[in-house]
Amino acid sequence: MGKLTIGCFSSLVGSMSLDFAVKLASAAIEKGHKVDFWVSGNGTMLSIKAQRAFKDYSFLEKSVKELMSKGMQITACEACAEARGYHKDETMEGFKRHSMDWYLASIFDADRVLHIGGE
Amino acid sequence: MATTKLGFIVQRAGYKSENPKLAITHAISSQSVEIYLNDGDLVTADIAFVGDGVLNCIKNQKAMEKYGLSSTESHIKNSLLLDLNVMVCKEDLARFVLTEKDIVIDAAEFGAEMTAKVVPFSEITKMMEEMKHLLFF
Repeated sequence: MGKLTIGCFSSLVGSMSLDFAVKLASAAIEKGHKVDFWVSGNGTMLSIKAQRAFKDYSFLEKSVKELMSKGMQITACEACAEARGYHKDETMEGFKRHSMDWYLASIFDADRVLHIGGE
Repeated sequence: MATTKLGFIVQRAGYKSENPKLAITHAISSQSVEIYLNDGDLVTADIAFVGDGVLNCIKNQKAMEKYGLSSTESHIKNSLLLDLNVMVCKEDLARFVLTEKDIVIDAAEFGAEMTAKVVPFSEITKMMEEMKHLLFF
């Protein structure tokens, strides 16, 4: 089985890119692959806990928690999050926060990288 | 001991989007990634500005003066200081009636020895073929 590193820079609300990336991660994990997931820029919105589900907006907290329970590592860019006022105490449990070198380190031994830039 | 080569391709104009700065800061983080890797393992980063992305390279940016923000120009200079390979597409510069004189080529004031290279797109393609992974911003 392989290792997939996904980087997504698009926001949780306002774009479907994060929805796609999380669905892809889910499919990869179901097939037995290892998945690392990095969010940076507006993508760090995904790390905030206690997201409220509305039918009109993307809601990924439940999916992300399920994927974390299946072994997915997910990390937000700490500086990008802090710049947006997303602080550590508001971060979903299990969602890591590191600097950008975490992403590059994950890419180092990834078999495939899917990098989705921001808006 | 292994080296993973990454190509950061910047194709969006600066300031309208956060992407160009994120491309450069992610590329720069290749310099500190060793803390996560085994001894001798490396990640290298090459940066190429193509399409509208070449506009990021225009010199004398006033981001600090106008927005109170560090400029993309200063990020490019930091990349040169860290000896990253920075390439700028010659054809796309010409499309904007820009020449080497209009863009950031060196960071001598920072003490950088590396310079940005204005190259035909064919050379950027060659660089991309040599990379293990490409990240488009």
